[in-house]
Amino acid sequence: MNNEYVSFLKVKTKYKGIFSWIFSTDHKRIGILYMIGMLTFFSIAVGIGVLMKLEMLTPGKTLYGPEMYNALFTLHGVIMIFLFIIPGIPAIFGNFFLPIQIGAADVSFPRLNLFSWWLFIIGSFMAIASLFFSGGPVDVGWTFYVPYSLRSTTNVTFALSAVLVLGFSSILTGLNFITTIHRMRVKGMTFFKMPLFVWALYSTGWIQVIATPVVGITIILTMVERTFGVGIFDPALGGDPILYQHLFWIYSHPAVYIMILPAMGIVSEIIPTFAQRTIFGYKAIAFSSLAIAFVGYFVWAHHMFTTGISDTARMVFSLLTFLVAIPSGVKIFNWVATLYKGSITLGVPLLYVMAFIFLFSIGGLTGLVLGSLATNVQTHDTYFVVAHFHYVMFGGTAIILFAGMHYWFPKMFGKMYNEKAAKIALVFIFVGFNVLYFTMFILGYMGMPRRYWDYLPEYQYLHIISTIGSWILVPGLIIMFVNLLISLKKGKPASMNPWGGVTLEWTVPSPPPLENFDKLPVITNGPYEFAQKPENLKEEK
Amino acid sequence: MNYNDTTHNEHHTGYGGYVLIWLILMGLTGATVAVSGIDLGDYILFTALLIASIKAYYVVTVFMHVKFDAPVFKIFILVALFVLLSVFILTSFDVFYR
Amino acid sequence: MNKPIAEAIEEPLSHNQEHTHEQHVHRDDTGSKMGMWLFLFTELLLFGGLFILYMAYRHQYNADFHSAAKALNMTLGTINTMILLLSSLTMALSIAAIQRAKKGLSVFFLIATLGLAAAFLVNKYFEWTAKFHHDIYPGSETLLDGSSGKYIFYGLYYTMTGLHCLHVIVGMIVLSFMLVFVLRGSVNSDKNVQLENSGLYWHLVDLIWIFLFPLFYLIH
Repeated sequence: MNNEYVSFLKVKTKYKGIFSWIFSTDHKRIGILYMIGMLTFFSIAVGIGVLMKLEMLTPGKTLYGPEMYNALFTLHGVIMIFLFIIPGIPAIFGNFFLPIQIGAADVSFPRLNLFSWWLFIIGSFMAIASLFFSGGPVDVGWTFYVPYSLRSTTNVTFALSAVLVLGFSSILTGLNFITTIHRMRVKGMTFFKMPLFVWALYSTGWIQVIATPVVGITIILTMVERTFGVGIFDPALGGDPILYQHLFWIYSHPAVYIMILPAMGIVSEIIPTFAQRTIFGYKAIAFSSLAIAFVGYFVWAHHMFTTGISDTARMVFSLLTFLVAIPSGVKIFNWVATLYKGSITLGVPLLYVMAFIFLFSIGGLTGLVLGSLATNVQTHDTYFVVAHFHYVMFGGTAIILFAGMHYWFPKMFGKMYNEKAAKIALVFIFVGFNVLYFTMFILGYMGMPRRYWDYLPEYQYLHIISTIGSWILVPGLIIMFVNLLISLKKGKPASMNPWGGVTLEWTVPSPPPLENFDKLPVITNGPYEFAQKPENLKEEK
Repeated sequence: MNYNDTTHNEHHTGYGGYVLIWLILMGLTGATVAVSGIDLGDYILFTALLIASIKAYYVVTVFMHVKFDAPVFKIFILVALFVLLSVFILTSFDVFYR
Repeated sequence: MNKPIAEAIEEPLSHNQEHTHEQHVHRDDTGSKMGMWLFLFTELLLFGGLFILYMAYRHQYNADFHSAAKALNMTLGTINTMILLLSSLTMALSIAAIQRAKKGLSVFFLIATLGLAAAFLVNKYFEWTAKFHHDIYPGSETLLDGSSGKYIFYGLYYTMTGLHCLHVIVGMIVLSFMLVFVLRGSVNSDKNVQLENSGLYWHLVDLIWIFLFPLFYLIH
């Protein structure tokens, strides 16, 4: 069994050139294919965001008119949500590292995995193509609320079919991961010896499988409504537009847990490694992932408090919304406790994690403002909401996606990135982010509605500050990406385990060979057992 | 660990067993139709759904073999059904109390 | 105890030039079945959304639903229910047969299942065309002139039975492939998880109808 090591990047397959990638069923290549697609779409959507902020510099027209603005914020949302953050961490790092972390050679259904990627690409192209079809770019917001989505003359149906395809991609990935985790763990790796990233992917998979079909039927019904006028959502025919919102959010709320749970899983990986300590409260964190996934199904109508639902529903959903915050709190406490008395290295991944804890906490706490009925009336559909979800989605998930990129870059590509450039990028990103989005909390609280192209002059100074924030953030993102791209070629060669991690991916070469393991690993320990130095062995309460 | 799992359903139910379940299902269908003719007022919906659920139970446990499958399958199904049921109930808090 | 990789997979690991991943595809019937069940859950939730709408609208338009449902053909609906239940039986029998290496019997039951599915579709076709003939369809004059509740009832009726029919058609396509595989012998007494999974799908189609039937045809 002593075969010559060939990195998966260089292995020869029966296909040549680009086909050896786009027809590959190797989970590692698929992860990278997703990464390339997703980061490209992310960049486009960031560009759109910059354009939006430019328009907001002055009331009324700055660069373009309201129809264009509607199309831009719709596209920004659709790309960021469906092409970037929902596939997100599972598509890139789940694909790359799930099998390795459980000691497997690949996922349960490798061909289905490739098919998921193809669906992602086809759906993405359809979404972009919908910009150019007759009727013009869709202007209904990424939420596609009826009745406007039934009336808009833009090509809503085609854009919706793109989302349908993308949803299928997400479902199949979730299905694949759940089965893989049940069936492909190497002998000795019980559920409670799995890394927490795997627990996160497991919980996320269940949301992908169970919640996504609901948006599927919502989309199908909207398309059918537009085409055949069945009346189900159309108030002119007796339909109830609030029912659209129910079905839409029954998926889209759990969807935010699809976004954040994998990120939290990565945090649970980075902190033990950079504190060289076992995670505090492993089981609590594992169960909290399941709890978030589970309770997350029961809070969706907090997006609808002001739409006309019953008072009973409002009280029930507000209460459940407060409950779902608890398991997230458990995680934050346990992460901080892990750092306490750890042997901490302030490496780039940990710095991103620390930024995350700060940003996600702000996002989460402002969620309580939104979840509380009285304050919701003031803040619903204002910039307060926009700030909240950017803090949790961007400051939460995306920041950790970047953290994961740095953490696992050496493993995936066999190279080290430039530390200094990465840290400079992070400073720009962190400062720019807060200037851009914190001002939005104030704007929203003062009454600035979201998705408005025009506004009263009293809001202008805050809009200007916010836009300046985007001019600090974006260069930071550029520095970060360029650093990683250059390091792909010019980075120092990486060792098998540059950070001293103890999960299975750090026991295989950087980059891994095609089948990951030369010999199947033997699991005897728990997932986060570090060698303890005597001074760290103090009794903890 | 499970690279070569070739377990397939052992012969738990014979041909006759399946026919028996089918007969039960036909009987329950007849019952549903018969019951719909009786004026149960508010309970007609509940009764119809109850009978349908019993039919579903037989289809799932015997025809779909879940009765004889590993426990994990039963847990999966219960989780999915629980989520679905909860979503129904939570939605009803809105639509029934407007 | 740790299994070295050479025992765990059919072919020894080798890193030669023409190495392909396909050589190492292992067989995991339980995993395959698990994947299928997860897929079935997506179908459950897909139709679940429609049933939620039904619940809401029936509550809102109770009287209209009752009166609109009278125009549906209960006899045809009941016959269709029996057809699908019988098809579930023949499906289960087909799998039982192949597990006992009774290829001919398995083929017979598969064909029976397909025939029953076709009969279901034929009935549906007559039902729908009869409705079209009576000017009862989304956007028709009769419905637009009538009450909102009746309009919504038929909107739901066509959407839900229509989506169900699509699933019947897909099921027939899948079962046709299975028929070919059984005839060819690639599905046999040793290797039949594909047929089982197809059966699971078919039973789900039956299950959906089990709930659709009373909700549309038996409210009066």
